[in-house]
Amino acid sequence: MNVLLDNLDIFVTGFRNTLIMFFASGLIALVLGTIVGSFRVSPVAPMRALGTIYVNLVRNTPLTLIFFFFVFGYPKLGLPRADYIVLAIIALSLYTATYVAEALRSGINTVPLGQAEAARAIGLTFGQSMTLVVLPQAFRAIIPPLMNVFIALLKNTTIAAGFSVLDAGAIRAYLSERGEPQLVVLLWVAVIFIALAALLSWAQRALEKKWRLAR
Amino acid sequence: MEPLVVLDSVNKHYGDLHVLKNISTTVAKGEVVVVIGPSGSGKSTLCRAINRLETIDDGTITIGGTPLPSEGAALARLRADVGMVFQSFNLFAHKTILENVTLGPIKVRGKSKAEAEKRAMELLDRVGVANQAKKLPAQLSGGQQQRVAIARALAMDPQLILFDEPTSALDPEMINEVLDTMVQLAKEGMTMIVVTHEMGFARKAADRVVFMADGQIVEDRKPEDFFTNPESDRAKDFLSKILTH
Repeated sequence: MNVLLDNLDIFVTGFRNTLIMFFASGLIALVLGTIVGSFRVSPVAPMRALGTIYVNLVRNTPLTLIFFFFVFGYPKLGLPRADYIVLAIIALSLYTATYVAEALRSGINTVPLGQAEAARAIGLTFGQSMTLVVLPQAFRAIIPPLMNVFIALLKNTTIAAGFSVLDAGAIRAYLSERGEPQLVVLLWVAVIFIALAALLSWAQRALEKKWRLAR
Repeated sequence: MEPLVVLDSVNKHYGDLHVLKNISTTVAKGEVVVVIGPSGSGKSTLCRAINRLETIDDGTITIGGTPLPSEGAALARLRADVGMVFQSFNLFAHKTILENVTLGPIKVRGKSKAEAEKRAMELLDRVGVANQAKKLPAQLSGGQQQRVAIARALAMDPQLILFDEPTSALDPEMINEVLDTMVQLAKEGMTMIVVTHEMGFARKAADRVVFMADGQIVEDRKPEDFFTNPESDRAKDFLSKILTH
């Protein structure tokens, strides 16, 4: 317990940065993933192709490599300087969006075709029938897989520690300089991660209960 | 009478299967046309082609003088004017009964929520389910759901309503409540194209019966003539199979 309490400053800073990355990337990935997922079921062939290329390219590249591209590649573009944490958020968002898109696509496939037909039959455009009828039902169906994606995202944030972000994954390195036992530190980090993931699972159950959809 | 829907030499294939063979017919404003025929005869496909839920290979379909747009906003606008009632109801599962009926008027017609709800309640009252307005579709019986689906179509003030086997998924005791609603609509002068197996409805409300078999229109006549004196062997055979029980 002393290891935690004596070094609360590092733990708080580390997990604060982890949570900043988690919430920012989670939100961006949700929006981007929804757009890409919609592309993948679009009636317009070039949009479908674009969605497929994006998903296959980004999802199948190791996350660490995506980080490398951003951290080393971005400064070469001559754009305004960005903090490492911002670059980490972009990398995590782009990567996680592919998983959101795929979860969403499977969810869209669970919505009976008749729902989209009925939506089109009352004169809704493709975009309207997606946002008003299909996606709200698809999201209800994919809460469990979506939460898996977010739990994975939460843990993936630790990769940013290798790219100069003081997040939860970097706590061990900082505390070993202070001479703390590394295994104990890692155990504490793990415990907090498990607690955070449990919180997400709890949110999943609450949402599932609230949005249960009778057919 | 003024023609509303005109089909001219419409053809459609599913792979090798020729489901619609050179279909030409006209539905006038205010007319009630019942399409019957054995399953697989193409009658549902024909019905769905009229608001382009099914595409066609060649031929033309015009509604109110306008050829069916192939896609995009123009198609959406046309569909707003053509109501559709499905065999499996297809009420929006995540929306209440009232929201099901107001969605189109608000999002497509641009009506205010209050205005759309007022009109929706009138329509739900007319089809006898006003007291269910706050419920979700799954909480209603099949017959009630189908009447809501009719109200949803009516809320768009369509020029025409397509019914694709509206009673085929219903328990027997619920069929009449839906048919009664449809008969009433027919009496009020709504233009209707109804794919159905309900011969009683055809006799009571139809101006014309179109009999389809193997993707073709085999007979197109007044209901009384068709039922008492079918001309083709195909129709005689079909009627003998369904009317003897």
